[in-house]
Amino acid sequence: MANVLLKVENLTKYFPIRAGMLARKVGDVKAVNDISFEVYEGETLGIVGESGCGKSTTGRVIMRLHEPTSGKVTFDGVELTALSSEEMRKVRRDIQMVFQDPYASLNPRHTVEKILEEPLIVHGIGSAEERRRKVIEYLEVVGLSAYHAKRYPHQFSGGQRQRIGIARALMTNPKLIIADEPVSALDVSIQAQVLNLMQKLQEDLKLTYIFIAHDLGVVRHISDRVAVMYLGSMVELAASEDLYAEPLHPYSQALLSAVPIPDPNYEREQVILTGDIPSPSNPPTGCAFHTRCPMAMEVCKQQVPQFRQVKPGHSVACHLYNDR
Amino acid sequence: MSRKKILEVKDLETSFFTDDGRIAAVDHISFSVEEGEILAIVGESGCGKSVTSLSIMGLVPSPPGKITAGEILLDGQNLATLSEKEMRQIRGKDVAMIFQEPMTSLNPLFTIGNQMMEAIQIHNKTWTKKQAKERAIEMMKLVGLPRAEELFKEYPHQLSGGMRQRVMIAMALVCDPKVLIADEPTTALDVTIQAQILKLMKDLNIRLQTAVLLITHDLGVVAETCERVIVMYAGQIVEQAPVQEIFKNPQHPYTKGLIQSVPDMRYKKDALYSIPGNVPKPGSIQKGCRFAPRCEYAFPRCSEENPELYSKTKAHTARCFLLDSENEVVLHAEMGGQVNGERIAES
Ligand SMILES: Nc1ncnc2c1ncn2[C@@H]1O[C@H](COP(=O)(O)OP(=O)(O)OP(=O)(O)O)[C@@H](O)[C@H]1O
Ligand SMILES: Nc1ncnc2c1ncn2[C@@H]1O[C@H](COP(=O)(O)OP(=O)(O)OP(=O)(O)O)[C@@H](O)[C@H]1O
Ligand code: SF4
Ligand SMILES: [Mg+2]
Ligand SMILES: [Mg+2]
Repeated sequence: MANVLLKVENLTKYFPIRAGMLARKVGDVKAVNDISFEVYEGETLGIVGESGCGKSTTGRVIMRLHEPTSGKVTFDGVELTALSSEEMRKVRRDIQMVFQDPYASLNPRHTVEKILEEPLIVHGIGSAEERRRKVIEYLEVVGLSAYHAKRYPHQFSGGQRQRIGIARALMTNPKLIIADEPVSALDVSIQAQVLNLMQKLQEDLKLTYIFIAHDLGVVRHISDRVAVMYLGSMVELAASEDLYAEPLHPYSQALLSAVPIPDPNYEREQVILTGDIPSPSNPPTGCAFHTRCPMAMEVCKQQVPQFRQVKPGHSVACHLYNDR
Repeated sequence: MSRKKILEVKDLETSFFTDDGRIAAVDHISFSVEEGEILAIVGESGCGKSVTSLSIMGLVPSPPGKITAGEILLDGQNLATLSEKEMRQIRGKDVAMIFQEPMTSLNPLFTIGNQMMEAIQIHNKTWTKKQAKERAIEMMKLVGLPRAEELFKEYPHQLSGGMRQRVMIAMALVCDPKVLIADEPTTALDVTIQAQILKLMKDLNIRLQTAVLLITHDLGVVAETCERVIVMYAGQIVEQAPVQEIFKNPQHPYTKGLIQSVPDMRYKKDALYSIPGNVPKPGSIQKGCRFAPRCEYAFPRCSEENPELYSKTKAHTARCFLLDSENEVVLHAEMGGQVNGERIAES
């Protein structure tokens, strides 16, 4: 088995809700609630789930762009959650992020050259000449050309901008890339180009990815293992093949069955959930999914189901599997 | 089985007059929607889907936009020449629209009930308040909104995205329109909510026999909900066919590429097919097939002449020279009879 590159233990992030003149705290948004998982060297771990379930927050807390409320993150043997912010800054060289909106995340007033050079300057890597060479090298790695270096972000198409975002993440030779919806804003024909590029880079540069997305087709395509989140909790984690072939959690089952399949002849049982996604500031008691779950039992309203392995490499948080 | 054509768009051109000159965002498109059917328009960002729907609704922002040619016949009446005042009588009554982001089309300052009643009373001036309210609540129940009476008194921000979209659908259907235009009605929603809304739209289409023009960029949504499909690329219709045909037997190289580049959740492919290059800016390609710069089948004629829509079958057309029967000779001569031999034999 491959080495564990990242280990997340009981990670929790609450955002305070403030109200009134004195901005007193009146409650918490339980964005991420006690989640644990590992990421192996060289793999792609996909994280899926619907809007607001805590995917981005998970990525940001790992990077410590948000401070965790509790829990522990260990990267390459170093406990990130115990580092000072100065030490953490150095570690960020090894963990980079790619964001959904390639436009918003690139400074519109800087040339591509400047944008790509910046992480090198921040981390004090190379001489001016070496940095310039590296910018050109990585532009080419992501399928752009040297002459693009002098241009500004608005002069590129969405797909090209996302390539720049990826190039920027690669500049410091990171080990782990957390890609937060990197293709969600792109058209399908462009999305395929970027996904193929990410896969090629992973092979060439031995990268590890956490790939966050809400498109289950995209996630299946790129991931070795997939985690499903619902309302701040991780409800299932399994090898991609196993999850898509036999989802165990009722939410995963409903989620998978809701995805429209691009084949008019495909007939399937659709589980249409009733009701809306509850608010993460006031999640249901017991299993957070019990208000919409077609299988819910009495125990589901009262007890939080444990997230545990019920088959080799396949974990789920659901009372239906208590005796496994 | 030939149904009546309820909406006929003929040779429609809608242009924007910008600093860069005149751009035909919708460039001479023709199609029709039959009674009771669900017709999809698919295509990537900027291809002209929304401008098409806004043209039908008489809502093209003007200036800079304007319908510069063509007809839009709704049950025989040409909407393209109507004044705004006349159009107001039609909009919401004979043809209604739901948008991608329900929040922007609901007024945050008025209750759901207020807005539903207004939609009803505009076209039914003689109705009493009580009648209008009854109708509103009936429609809210029809679209599966829970506790309709209470919701009637609530404001848009108190509803979830899926509930707001249901309100929009209820409002759109309140006057029993002949055609409902749904422009990306589920794009802003989560998949489990999307599944609810699509099922609702299909059920209503069957029950009320409202014709639906569904605009989307999601081929999965198309496969799941529609009978017929129009594929747009750079302001033009490039292919039109029954849904089975589009997926089983796509003719236009763009449609083929598009279908192959979508990751299918059921299988894992090693590498996705990807169409090289980018979607062109509108108006940037003046001569030849607009897909030619990205097309792996392109041959010299493609960058010289503009392809028209050629028929594969009566119901299936594509804008590609590979379907032009006269092409066989040209192709064999130019390509030494090699490259496209197989393709021609097929068609
Ligand atoms: N900085 C913040 N302050 C307060 N609440 C926040 C903050 N960031 C996120 N949240 C809340 O935390 C919850 C989880 O948000 P998060 O962005 O992680 O979801 P997500 O799964 O990435 O959703 P999406 O698919 O919409 O991107 C949401 O309810 C969100 O409103
Ligand atoms: N107000 C406007 N002024 C100038 N050009 C416009 C305007 N609205 C639309 N366009 C142009 O018309 C073209 C078609 O736009 P449209 O909104 O119909 O695309 P779409 O197919 O709906 O794309 P999307 O999937 O992104 O919604 C675009 O390329 C755009 O540049
Ligand atoms: S724990 Fe209970 S409520 Fe939760 S998903 Fe499982 S069966 Fe449903
Ligand atoms: Mg997010
Ligand atoms: Mg649009």
